[in-house]
Amino acid sequence: MRTWLRVFFVGGVIAFRGLFNWIRPAMYIPTMLGSPLFQLIFFTKLGQYAQAESRDFYIVGNSVQVCSMACVYGMTMAISNERQMQTLGPLLASPANRAAVFLGRGVPVLANGLLVSTFTFVVGWLLLGFRPGAAAVPPLVVIVLITVASCTCFGMVLGSVGLRAKDVFFAANLAYFLMLLFCGVNIPLNVLPGWMSAVGRCLPLTHGIAAAREVAAGASFRDVDGLVATEAFIGAVYATVGFVLFRFFENASRRNAVLDAY
Amino acid sequence: MTTVPLAGPPNRAGIVWSGFVMNMKMLGTSGFFLLTSVVQPVIFATIAFYMFQSGGRSGTLLYTALGAGMMGVWSTTLFASGGMIQWQRWQGTLELGVAAPPPMALVYLPFSLENAVTGAYALAATLVWGRIVFGVPLELAHPWLFTLALVATVVALGLMGLVLASTFVLYRYANAMANLLEYPVWIASGLIFSTAILPVWTRPISWVLPPYWGVLALRRAALGGDVWGPLGMVILLGAASLAISTVTFRVFEHLARDRATLSLT
Repeated sequence: MRTWLRVFFVGGVIAFRGLFNWIRPAMYIPTMLGSPLFQLIFFTKLGQYAQAESRDFYIVGNSVQVCSMACVYGMTMAISNERQMQTLGPLLASPANRAAVFLGRGVPVLANGLLVSTFTFVVGWLLLGFRPGAAAVPPLVVIVLITVASCTCFGMVLGSVGLRAKDVFFAANLAYFLMLLFCGVNIPLNVLPGWMSAVGRCLPLTHGIAAAREVAAGASFRDVDGLVATEAFIGAVYATVGFVLFRFFENASRRNAVLDAY
Repeated sequence: MTTVPLAGPPNRAGIVWSGFVMNMKMLGTSGFFLLTSVVQPVIFATIAFYMFQSGGRSGTLLYTALGAGMMGVWSTTLFASGGMIQWQRWQGTLELGVAAPPPMALVYLPFSLENAVTGAYALAATLVWGRIVFGVPLELAHPWLFTLALVATVVALGLMGLVLASTFVLYRYANAMANLLEYPVWIASGLIFSTAILPVWTRPISWVLPPYWGVLALRRAALGGDVWGPLGMVILLGAASLAISTVTFRVFEHLARDRATLSLT
């Protein structure tokens, strides 16, 4: 059990430090903090100009959604960069428990996602006048934590696909932008066509963002526990799919001798 | 004994043409630029269309389509301008470009222009998408002026990209700067919403950005209004960008050689 935990925590942190491309401050600050900040301002101003929803609608939606920059790209890098760096072979030749190897990589990614979302909420408070009541903050923290975890699980699926796909970052970029469109970040789900809102309901973020908006508007955690549970369930499904894909691609790559090949 | 003739002055038109064609082939096979110049603008245009549809502002569909298209032009120019120096650095070909006899600005000018031309796909993609999916009316008030404004804007953005590219000779994290600069220029240029809703202190920033005048010229050519004023500013700022990039390429190239940091990744 100690070995499992060591691989889970220490291995996860080492993998993140080695494989996350944007870890240096010169990369991290513009990409992980600067870009979300301006995304928040852009959509809040666009919403104001379009006279669509309230300012808080965009602040909450974008502050939660920006975690996907950390989670989708971070998790994709944390898994599929092993192949890019030619270290996938030695990793999979080791006897380490695969679940610990796989899931442990999500912990630093999750922490990073939380940091990015928190930063964006603080910017919304400082620059755009976002003022949720003090009572709303604890449930908001729990909701953001679960949503970030769910989004990290989605990133695990993309990362696993990166064990075989030629250009997984195309998929990661596409996923990031599609989440902006489908997950109710800037457009209420009832405005989208039925099929788009149905797709959105199967993605991470959607229920978390809806719950966060209600809590920021004064609802209690109990009022939104169904949404939070759905978000957690969606995350668990993606984590399972990600792990199954990871094992499938590992075995298929060994069988076909294409582990590090492109 | 044979004598080797000294090379004559560089064939500038030939350099521009061959660089343009080569970059067109490289970007044409890049999935990332397919995403940046076609898919991403369409997604952003869709978001904007739904936001305007659900909002109270009317008569803005063509306004939105043009803005979303220009967002794609800027994104492609930005990422490609940052990338062209960085990728050459990673591939080990940056030194060859710097050591070539023509000035560095001339070597990278056609790359930057082609980046902006690829970005123009974004405008076409969003207009077609808007027409098919959202029924955006495509009747242009001044079709010829629209074409002229489009060409001038694309060239000016390419030249603005050249200034950015020159700074990336010194700065090793060009892609981080590209990630950072996408939204601010969308905001300050008023590509999809009016800069009138921004604080007054941001106005001078808008005025020095070619996309600000470019989208203004395109909108007036499409919806009606004086095109020549903003078009003149686009041309002026494009020329200023070319002049600045000629100097900055020379200075930054010298500094990078002096510090021996040209190829450091």
